[in-house]
Amino acid sequence: MNPVGPRLGVLASRVRVEEKAIMAALDRRGVAFEHLDPRTLSVTGGAAWAGPEFVVNREVGHYRALYAASALEAAGATVLNSAAATHVSGDKWHTSAALLAAGLPTPATTLALTSEAALKALEEIGYPAVIKPLVGSWGRLVTKVADRDSAAAVLEHVEALPSPQSHVVYLQELVGRADRDIRVIVVGGEVVGATHRRGDEWRTNVARGAASEPCPLTDEITDLAVRAAAAVGADIAGVDLIEAEEGRLTVLEVNDRVEFKGFQSAHPGLDVADRIVDLLLSRAAA
Amino acid sequence: MSKTVLAAECPECAADVGLDADARVSEIVECVECRSELEIESVDPPTLVRAPEVEEDWGE
Ligand SMILES: [Zn+2]
Repeated sequence: MNPVGPRLGVLASRVRVEEKAIMAALDRRGVAFEHLDPRTLSVTGGAAWAGPEFVVNREVGHYRALYAASALEAAGATVLNSAAATHVSGDKWHTSAALLAAGLPTPATTLALTSEAALKALEEIGYPAVIKPLVGSWGRLVTKVADRDSAAAVLEHVEALPSPQSHVVYLQELVGRADRDIRVIVVGGEVVGATHRRGDEWRTNVARGAASEPCPLTDEITDLAVRAAAAVGADIAGVDLIEAEEGRLTVLEVNDRVEFKGFQSAHPGLDVADRIVDLLLSRAAA
Repeated sequence: MSKTVLAAECPECAADVGLDADARVSEIVECVECRSELEIESVDPPTLVRAPEVEEDWGE
């Protein structure tokens, strides 16, 4: 398709296993692409854009990913995922709101506008509960609070954080099997596969050492994952599901710049990067 | 898997860090000696710099 076809790009400041796999998948098809590094990128909205017209967004920093996607779109490029999807799925509250609006099961979540309001709300929610930062980072700062004293200590820390946005408190009921969740990869509205993640902590992020094992797909897993990705508007998504009461699944999170290193080692027969490239090329050909 | 064909010096401990033939600019690698997280600054010639510090909004 190129050099006459549309110009393609991969946006990433860190080239990790996932970004390298996407670039290698493009190379294998003999398709030229540009590596856009957000650390050196500037885009003028509305002006003639000589850069890639179809871009996979793999920037690790949420705000750089969000603004880069928005600026590239303003210059006329198509970004996967879109800036709108990154806006929603990069923020836990926006994600919860989108899941609720779509009628999907998700743990009971409360947004408190101050620490004081959070403490008051926790009396209603009950303990243990979970306090999460809105813009999350591999489970860091995700805190399980067992009682009022530990909640007050965490909220005091939250209040001392510099950004106004981090003073908004996201509270969630603690649901399900704490040591295990299901990660489902969705690309272009289709489920690629799923893994079980088990951790020895109550958080199951692979970045924190959780192990991934293949998880057989069921209609429930497939249906929830596809609908959750659609609810946040993500073409490429990692949907985290957790078992709630009576074995029913509930949607915990949707990740728009999904990491799939753990998934890939659990599923050597599947190729997430290839599926992402398929999607990029089909959009570029449309 | 690709073979180690390039070597660059770790900016932290000066150890030789092997880079694969398919190494890419901005790729993150780890020094086997000091475990520092490093970024490939250039592949020709192979040079490494310390990887950027993790920022608050990083992660999925
Ligand atoms: Zn070293």
